[in-house]
Amino acid sequence: MDFNLTLDAREKSDSNYDVAIVGGGPSGLTAAIYTCRAGLKTCIFESGVIGGEAASTDLIENYPGFPDGISGMKLTENMEKQARKFGVEIITDRVVKIEEDISSQYDEYKIIYTNSGQIKAKAIIITVGTKPKLLNVLGEKEYKGHGVSYCATCDGFFYKDKKIAVIGCGNSGIQEGLFLLRFVKQIEFVEFLPKPTAEKVLLDKIKKYDNVNFNLNSSLLSIEGNGKSVTHIKIKDNETNGIKEIKVSGVFIYVGLKPNTEFLEGFVKRDKSGYIIVDQNQHTNVHGVFAAGDATIDTVKQITTAVGSGARAANNARHYIENMKF
Amino acid sequence: MALELNERNFDQVINSGKIVLVDFGAEWCMPCKIMDPVTEELANEVDHEKVVIAKCDVQAEPKIAQRFSIMSIPTLLIFKDGKVMDQMIGVVPKRNIKEKIDQYIS
Repeated sequence: MDFNLTLDAREKSDSNYDVAIVGGGPSGLTAAIYTCRAGLKTCIFESGVIGGEAASTDLIENYPGFPDGISGMKLTENMEKQARKFGVEIITDRVVKIEEDISSQYDEYKIIYTNSGQIKAKAIIITVGTKPKLLNVLGEKEYKGHGVSYCATCDGFFYKDKKIAVIGCGNSGIQEGLFLLRFVKQIEFVEFLPKPTAEKVLLDKIKKYDNVNFNLNSSLLSIEGNGKSVTHIKIKDNETNGIKEIKVSGVFIYVGLKPNTEFLEGFVKRDKSGYIIVDQNQHTNVHGVFAAGDATIDTVKQITTAVGSGARAANNARHYIENMKF
Repeated sequence: MALELNERNFDQVINSGKIVLVDFGAEWCMPCKIMDPVTEELANEVDHEKVVIAKCDVQAEPKIAQRFSIMSIPTLLIFKDGKVMDQMIGVVPKRNIKEKIDQYIS
């Protein structure tokens, strides 16, 4: 990857953009490809990983065009390269607030405040995605980085020949479990619901392994250890209320996602869970502010849909700008 | 440039009397790749009389990773007089790292 083009927002604080994209995952990168190609001056703000959650997925098999699957890292690296090729500026900074510029003599510029400065843009596309939900069980915070992990591709290596637990049997849990089986001796899956919710193709794959065990209809009560590392977990059978202790060295948590939209409080409308409410054009309730990808109310959280809605947001942002009075 | 640490130079560096930031990572880890330019920039900006910015590949140096119970990457450790003073896990913005380092410069 070429990071030389990474700019600090402070250095760019005088700049005005046509389009500012908040979030550099697949949806934001796609939107950037479209707005840049339309000749609009575009920047992306990303405070963490370019590529978003997708970047740390080991193998992506449902993104068309890659019959043998592709690693999340490679796919998102390519998307980044493509967006940079068309001229996007990627700014490594966290957006803390967005508001309308009421002082502007022109048609509504928006002001984007970051940790280190501010910029103005005519249209905004919010593609902030989601982050893994915490379980908020005893030991989760204490052992984060010392047995508790949310990233199998980053940390699987540390659990060679060890027994681990994977919490959550949705697509993420099973997919990451399949990756972890390259390293670990055994996996104890824990699922709150009576049945795993992952796609059949993933479940069929994992069932071929004899070193996995499913604890369904079970709640994780605590992650315990010796103060330095994890030694065991306690789970409860939701039907019998029976409590079981399982010895594990690590716990990988995949219990769902939460949108990164706290900073939008009081700016755009969100639903009860924090997902941004958009119409069929990806427009939010604020004129000139669009949203796409996993952070919106779209219930399908896939790279394909993130890419699709990113393109739609970009085209509608372009129409919006073309109709503005400057 | 950030200093590459291995078993031969590790103890010598962390006991050098300077504040030492070590970025533990690996090639396969996407969030670690994000930290690379951050530590490189820090290495160019800090006062070299007082601070060393270093990195350690956990795959090449598993013993060092084990010694500090690194089970998740990227992990950043700040050393003073050979002792771990602070740790940061995951992607951390440059200004936050700088603030932490500044706390330990006496």
